Amino acid sequence: MRQRDIEIILMRQLASYLVVPIFVVDTKGTVLFYNEPAEALIGRQFDEAGEMPMADWTTVLNPRDERDMPLPLESQPLVIALRRHVPAYRRVRITGLDGVARSLEVVAFPLQGQGNRMLGAAALFWESDKK
Amino acid sequence: MNVTLWGTRGSLPSAGPDTIRYGGNTSCVEVRGQDGTLVVLDAGTGIRRLNSTIEPDLKRVYVLLTHLHMDHIQGFGFFQPLFRQKAEVHVYGPPSTTHDLRSRLTKYFSPPLFPVRLRDLPAQLMLHDVPLGKFDVDGFQVECDLVTHPGPTVGYRIAEGGSALVYIPDHEPALGAKQFPMSPQWTSGHDLAEGADLLIHDSQYTLPEYGERAGWGHSAIQHAIAFARLAGVKRLVTFHHDPGHSDDFIDTLTKEARSDPRLPFELTPGQEGMTFHLR
Repeated sequence: MRQRDIEIILMRQLASYLVVPIFVVDTKGTVLFYNEPAEALIGRQFDEAGEMPMADWTTVLNPRDERDMPLPLESQPLVIALRRHVPAYRRVRITGLDGVARSLEVVAFPLQGQGNRMLGAAALFWESDKK
Repeated sequence: MNVTLWGTRGSLPSAGPDTIRYGGNTSCVEVRGQDGTLVVLDAGTGIRRLNSTIEPDLKRVYVLLTHLHMDHIQGFGFFQPLFRQKAEVHVYGPPSTTHDLRSRLTKYFSPPLFPVRLRDLPAQLMLHDVPLGKFDVDGFQVECDLVTHPGPTVGYRIAEGGSALVYIPDHEPALGAKQFPMSPQWTSGHDLAEGADLLIHDSQYTLPEYGERAGWGHSAIQHAIAFARLAGVKRLVTFHHDPGHSDDFIDTLTKEARSDPRLPFELTPGQEGMTFHLR
C-alpha cells in the first residue's frame, strides 16, 4: 500500500498526542485514523475498527441533527470540508459503535498541503454535555 | 551513475583537526550520469571542491536542493557555472506555501547576506519549483517527495538504467512516532527509499542526543538504520554528521552499528571525496 502523504502522517502523529478527539480522513472520506480520545466517542478502538470507508461510518455512526433527524451528507462538517474545501462547524448527534448516543460539537477543516494538494480532512469533536 | 560526496557535515561547516577524515564541508553530492549529465544535490560548502571537477565547456547542470536551510545553500554563490555566460544552470527546490523558489532563494542572494544578486549572475539561471512526483533531467529519472523536516523539505530518488540513488540528508521520520519505525505506509520517506541501491540519509545524532533535540529535523543513527531496514535498501551511507562529532566519534558510532550481525545492508559512514559506482 502506498505511503501516506507527509502532511497526513504528521497530522496523525500530532493527533496521537492531543487529548482532543480527532478524526482524519482521506480525499474519499475514508477514515485513516482516529486518536484515543476519539475512541471513547466512536465506541471502538481504532486498531480494532481499522480504516473505514465514508459510506460505512456515515451509516454506522448514524449522524443526526439536534432534533435527532438524519443529517444529510452535504450537511456533515467533514463532508463539507472535503467537498467544499472550507472549514465547517455544527452540532451533531451520533450513535457510537458501543450503541451509546452522544451529542457532539464538530469542527472540520480541509487538509490542503504543499502546492494546494487536497489530501483529506480532519475533524475535532467535543461531547456537548461534557464541556 | 557515479556518486561523489563533497560535503557530508550537517548544520555548520566544521573544519579542524578532528574532522579531517570525514570532512567539515556541508551537504553537497555530485551525481554523474553515463552520458555525462551532471546533477548536484544541495549546495552546501562542499560545492567549492566540486568546482574543480567541472569541465570548462559545461553546457548544462542541474542543482537539486532539498530545502533552503543555510547549510544546504551556503556554497551556492561559489558554484563556478553560475559565473559562466554560456552555462545553463537549472535549480530545483521546494517552494513554501506562499513563496516560490526564486523569492525564497533571493533572500539569501542579496545584501546583506551576499554581495551578488541572483539577477546579476551571468549564467542562464532557471529556477524551478520542484514538482512532487516524477520528472526527467536529461538521462536521469528523478522522483521527489516531501519528508519530515522543519519547513518545506524534500528527498530525491535518482534513477538511471536499473540503479537508484536516494538522497534524504535532513530527515526525522521518527518524529512523533510512538514506536519507530511504524508501518511503511505511515513512515515518511519510505516510498522514495524503497529498494534503493544507495541511500544517503541523515544520521546526525546519537539516541541520547536525539532525545534532547527531537523536532529539530534530524535522525539518530539508529533511526537511519531502522529506516533503511524498513525500506529494504542495499547500502546505507550515514550523512549530515553532527558538527560536534569528531572522526574518532563517528568511527565509534559506525563500529557499534556494524556490530549487529543481522544488519541486512552495507553501512558506510559518509566521507568527503568518497565515490560510489552504481550500475
